[in-house]
Amino acid sequence: MQRIGVFVCHCGTNIAGTVDVKAVAEALQYEPGVVISKEYQYMCSQAGQDLIKEAIKENNLTGIVVCSCSPRMHEATFRKTAAAAGLNPYMVEIANIREQCSWVHKDIPTGTEKAIILGKAAVAKVNLNAPLTPGESPVTKRALVIGGGIAGIQTALDIADAGFPVDIVETKPTIGGKMAQLDKTFPTLDCAACILTPKMVDVAQNDKVRIFSYSEVTDVSGFVGNFEVTIKRRARYVKEDICTGCGLCTEKCPQKKVPNEFNLGMDNRRAIYIPFAQAVPKVATIDPDYCTMLKSGKCGVCSKVCTVGAIDYQAKDEYLTEKYGAIVVATGFNPISMEKFDEFAYSQSKDVITSLELERLMNAAGPTGGTLLRPSDGEHPHTIVFVQCVGSRCASCAEKGKEYCSKICCMYTAKHAMLIRDKYPDTDVYVFYIDVRTPGKNFDEFYRRAVEEYGVHYIKGMVGKVSPEGNKLKVRASDLIDGKQLHIDADLVVLAAAIEPDKSARPLATMLTASMDTNDFFTEAHPKLRPVESPTAGVFLSGACQGPKDIPETVSQAGAAASKVIGLLCKDKLTGNPCVAHSDEWMCNGCSTCEKVCPYGAITYQDKEFRMPDRTVKVRRVASVNEAVCQGCGACTVACMSGAMNLKGFTNQQIMAEVDAICK
Amino acid sequence: MENKNERRKEQILRMSGVNPKKCMRCGKCSGTCPSYDEMEYHPHQFVSMVESGDLEPLMSSPSIYKCLSCFACVDRCPRNVEPAKLIEALRLTVIREKGANHLLADQIPALLDEEMPQQAIVSAMRKYSK
Amino acid sequence: MQVTEYKPLIVAFCCNWCSYAGADLAGNNRLAYPADVKIIRVPCSCRVNPTFILRAFQRGADGVIICGCHPGDCHYTSGNYYTRRRMALLFSMLDYLGIERERTRVEWVSAAEGAKFAATMNDFVSTVAALGENKRLEDLRCKK
Repeated sequence: MQRIGVFVCHCGTNIAGTVDVKAVAEALQYEPGVVISKEYQYMCSQAGQDLIKEAIKENNLTGIVVCSCSPRMHEATFRKTAAAAGLNPYMVEIANIREQCSWVHKDIPTGTEKAIILGKAAVAKVNLNAPLTPGESPVTKRALVIGGGIAGIQTALDIADAGFPVDIVETKPTIGGKMAQLDKTFPTLDCAACILTPKMVDVAQNDKVRIFSYSEVTDVSGFVGNFEVTIKRRARYVKEDICTGCGLCTEKCPQKKVPNEFNLGMDNRRAIYIPFAQAVPKVATIDPDYCTMLKSGKCGVCSKVCTVGAIDYQAKDEYLTEKYGAIVVATGFNPISMEKFDEFAYSQSKDVITSLELERLMNAAGPTGGTLLRPSDGEHPHTIVFVQCVGSRCASCAEKGKEYCSKICCMYTAKHAMLIRDKYPDTDVYVFYIDVRTPGKNFDEFYRRAVEEYGVHYIKGMVGKVSPEGNKLKVRASDLIDGKQLHIDADLVVLAAAIEPDKSARPLATMLTASMDTNDFFTEAHPKLRPVESPTAGVFLSGACQGPKDIPETVSQAGAAASKVIGLLCKDKLTGNPCVAHSDEWMCNGCSTCEKVCPYGAITYQDKEFRMPDRTVKVRRVASVNEAVCQGCGACTVACMSGAMNLKGFTNQQIMAEVDAICK
Repeated sequence: MENKNERRKEQILRMSGVNPKKCMRCGKCSGTCPSYDEMEYHPHQFVSMVESGDLEPLMSSPSIYKCLSCFACVDRCPRNVEPAKLIEALRLTVIREKGANHLLADQIPALLDEEMPQQAIVSAMRKYSK
Repeated sequence: MQVTEYKPLIVAFCCNWCSYAGADLAGNNRLAYPADVKIIRVPCSCRVNPTFILRAFQRGADGVIICGCHPGDCHYTSGNYYTRRRMALLFSMLDYLGIERERTRVEWVSAAEGAKFAATMNDFVSTVAALGENKRLEDLRCKK
């Protein structure tokens, strides 16, 4: 018989507000096995934990039940408390009477009644608990960073700094991501390339970092500390180790009409190209969709002009498999498509552009060499209208927009407006806003400077319609403060498009079994306390794949993710989860059903000798579970026909006892 | 009196199926409205005034007949508030409380002209008769 | 005759990674649902043995709901697919036994769907409450 202690937490008034804590403690006192039942203000506090430790020692407890918040919150805390008092940590059960009781029920009698039942279920379970010891697994001391934008670069640099090897996998031919496309950065207005490219060079020269550009992750198996990842290296038809990046081929290539994605299709590049001057790795790539040699076998100019013989038209996609201890996801974001917003005439007029396109139009390396010119006729625009929240905070249609605030648009719009007024003082700049959201260091000051010093017209209201007429864009908008409808003849309309997670994130999340929210942003293990970890052990989050964020925030999250990775890679051994499947060999009939349902291949069959009651020896085929590989899902326990398979910590008997306690 | 207004508001919300609390005050409805300059109260004001129960001024204003029922505001509202439906419900409430049509169907043909778009005629039927 | 408000007894099996976290999120956001729902935490929805459900009905539960990760999002990659198949079989057996189909349900609730969790529970409780007490499988020997 167990000797069980019950500890009921008030959690201030969080629990005590809707649950009569004393009544719960008293009711649970008479449950089978319970020898002591106490309540306290905050069980998770030092004093509360000391109270538990003393009770364990004084009463020789063999198991405890803590009625408190969710086990996802403090189960680990109370297990440590139990261990400190000499009790096996797996003899602890939590009754969740906060998140699943006091917070969702309004009146005290029902709350108390439910709390007692939940407590009884936990007591019934503890009565059947057995001490468990976790197994150990080794850690591969290498990290994988998926995505080579500023988030991935910073994470990789920080991990490499601590002495661990890192691989970056980037789908584009170069690392750099969205930040490489930006012109200036807020609120300091330093040039994005000037602060990013040195980091790109650092990462390229760091001998701990390998960059797999033009590559993607195609398969992930294993678990924390022991991931096995397959990386597809797409054929770039140029030998990466030989190409010097001289750029001769990109000048001679006769195929000149390829939309340049780096400039968002506003100008053209060749079929063989280097995305931009500071690309890392600085090697050429052949675009197989446009190269005449690859399509029809006639051309071969690049191979003729290449002085080092780097061109290889026969190249094939290569797959390589690597082992990693930790994986960081840094897949970033993209602006959403503007095609569906008919009212803003994005697809009708070249002069309606997104903010990222404006960023390229203002960049010295952009299609216009840094002079702001209208894409349609190359004229200087004199009236520019900025529309904020296009597709952000949009609940009307899920296909069109996003319900969340994209966070960065208010600041970059202020930046654009300010830069335009600074460079072209004769331009009229209107910004239509719903709210200006500028929390952040020096952010609101920056926005006010745009209004007060640079004379940007900020108008509270929204643009309802943009219609191209001649070479003008007729903008109809409301001014809610003055109570007017405005009609502006604009030369250029800039849409602050909402941002969404990169499309590669969803299949990646499935491979990693990492969870995502309804918007395809990765969810964190805890929204406040574990913001850079995914709920899947060994998978970490960096940058905008977790939610919209600006560069300073991305960099700090990248550093945080790196420190979590370093903390993991520093360990020589990881203690596993002891709640794994276990087969009762005497009951097993050797049917192989469990082997087939196991998603991890943790179950194998072997022939074993058994001494029978009549003293004969019989050889039987029985299941055995590899505890290091088993993740404890329990699929096998249900598939097992003979009832031999059980899951430690969640045994059939324990769950039955819980069902009984609830239904009593 | 208080109660009557409450009942009226409830009725308008029920008839229109609009929840004005969803409005985030962006003003896109008013930015988009083709008859904005004709109106004393504008689409976004309809939403916020109905929410605060300020119905009398709206119901006695000619603005409710100035709405073309073009539904541009309904189409473009990012939060699905549907101001035009609210305006229509207000209009219907006025007509019902009067117990008579604002216009008789027979009077309408005389007011039509060749140029008038089909949609306007249809919405006029909806607007001016019960 | 005195009429007391009928309170159904609902057992909810929630997987640790998605639905249990979803239930916690419902709590964090203070989204109310009836106290008749009692949650049992399991590592994965595929840990739910059909016998647990039969046991619950035998002991007088009026409804049983199993919540897991959305298809494709299972923490253990494929556990919820097993659940879906197993429960399809079990539910048709329960149907044969004369237990109303509405008394059992499988729902996918992710860790981010606190609102969905509360809405699902509200809906399930009212559905089961409308059916009334479950007598068919109840074992009177289990009653005190």
